[in-house]
Amino acid sequence: MTITIPPTIRGIEFSADMLFVTAKAWILTLLGRFLPDWLIVLASITISGVVILCLGPLIMMYLTLLERKLIGRIQNRYGPNRVGKWGLLQPIADGIKMFTKEDIVPAKADKVVHLLAPIAIVVPALMIFLVVPFGERMTAVNLNIGLLYFIAVSSITILPIFMGSWASRNKYSLLGGMRTAAQMISYEIPMTLAVVPVIMMSQSLSTNTIVLTQEGSYDMNWFIFTPWGIVGFVIFFLCATAECNRPPFDLPEAESELVAGFHTEYSGMKFALFYMAEYMNAFTLCGIAVTLFLGGWQGPFFPSWLWFSGKTFVLICVMIWFRGTFPRFRVDHLMGFAWKFLLPLTLINILLTALWQFTSNLAAWLWSILILGVSLWTLVKLNRTFVPEKRHYLLES
Amino acid sequence: MPILEIAAKYTTYAVMAVILVFALGVVTLRNLFHCALCLAAALIGTAVLYVVLQAEYLAAIQILLYVGAVVTLVIFAIMLTEHLAGKTVRQNNSQSLPAIAGLLGFVSLLTALILKTPWPVTPTALQAKVLVMGLGKALMGDYVFPFEVISIVLIAALIGTVVIAKKDQPEEKA
Repeated sequence: MTITIPPTIRGIEFSADMLFVTAKAWILTLLGRFLPDWLIVLASITISGVVILCLGPLIMMYLTLLERKLIGRIQNRYGPNRVGKWGLLQPIADGIKMFTKEDIVPAKADKVVHLLAPIAIVVPALMIFLVVPFGERMTAVNLNIGLLYFIAVSSITILPIFMGSWASRNKYSLLGGMRTAAQMISYEIPMTLAVVPVIMMSQSLSTNTIVLTQEGSYDMNWFIFTPWGIVGFVIFFLCATAECNRPPFDLPEAESELVAGFHTEYSGMKFALFYMAEYMNAFTLCGIAVTLFLGGWQGPFFPSWLWFSGKTFVLICVMIWFRGTFPRFRVDHLMGFAWKFLLPLTLINILLTALWQFTSNLAAWLWSILILGVSLWTLVKLNRTFVPEKRHYLLES
Repeated sequence: MPILEIAAKYTTYAVMAVILVFALGVVTLRNLFHCALCLAAALIGTAVLYVVLQAEYLAAIQILLYVGAVVTLVIFAIMLTEHLAGKTVRQNNSQSLPAIAGLLGFVSLLTALILKTPWPVTPTALQAKVLVMGLGKALMGDYVFPFEVISIVLIAALIGTVVIAKKDQPEEKA
């Protein structure tokens, strides 16, 4: 018995580039033979949804393994290597352990909010996956406001953290929650402003269009190869690291001060959900950074989805490298870095992009480097450490 | 596809009902933190309604500004006010009669206004779809003056906060 190729996908050539797109089209045409039209629409949504719902946890599981392996190597040890070949089954063992653990809820906790927080935190983390372009024609929902959607949805992440920290009725949780809120609100502003040059140059908020504008010769006209692109990328990546509370910006869960921060009172699967959201956020933020500055799935020779995952993998490895290398920030340094250094630099970067849009030649390169150098020097000078004058308060008698 | 349309219609009604439930929660729950969370939920529900009405930009801005900024600020304020966070407080006082009178007056005024306004539903108005680019052009073109005035207000607010938060001058040397 031979399977005839359905007519609708004859137009799509069977190339490695279109592997997943073709697979979906094939399933849909197969279903289309015995299902009504409206069910096909639902099936199309369901396929994308199920893929994302499976992809998120799977990515989280293997990111933990990757992180433990890499950190192990950085610290001159092996990392997990007992469960399965190269420890490949370690995440599954961890999952079983998490599921069988006792779920402890503090006696004085606000039960409902305590339960809702870990559930609510996974939702925005998964929702961001919708606008990440995984490859050519592989964006789940091609929103024309994709980037704005990403910024809006990632700003909700603060709320569940607040819920968890408040509902635990624990001083470490509350302190961690306060720190998280302060840090995430502060770093959201330079992150959003670092994105503005990309929007200016591609004249679109759609993640798909932003990738398409970085095509060029050999698909290598990436935004990072421009002066404003480098600055924007560095700022965005630093802010992304701070947004998902990873070292060296992991003050909200600083083990040495706060036990575990906002998830001190969580155990078992609830704790795992917080962890899952954190790793999925790390992945999506790296994915968005790739989309905005590193040309997304653009690249010569290899299939588009391979380029995207390769670039994202490199960025995640850099994040892990940060964790293995840098010590933690101090609270006031952390806030000062966002407000006094990154924020002015992003504003200068926006002006620079406007200049670049009118003249982009060698002279513009030199001008940009000059402006950036001067502003960097000024900012560093203005941000130099100084010992504040000691305040004296007169005792009221 | 009538089935999908009917489903979308009833889902919208369900979303509206949920928004109302959460809105009621905001004004009746006794724990201020729960109220703030209900407010966040109601605002997210409103954003969903905007998406249904094909105003995606408005929905994203609604979530970004109201849920991401305003509600977070409210929660921050509640948590910083030590004696409010854990306690349950009464949400009403004994002024309900004047409040009802005021409410009735407001509702009747609003109804009169709604009934008086002609609501022209033309095919062009139904087809109109405001894109982000159009909004940007309007802000930088026709409405540039109000836009700039608002920015002056914001600058004034910023300077005001700096003045308030400024280090207090030592009045006399001790």
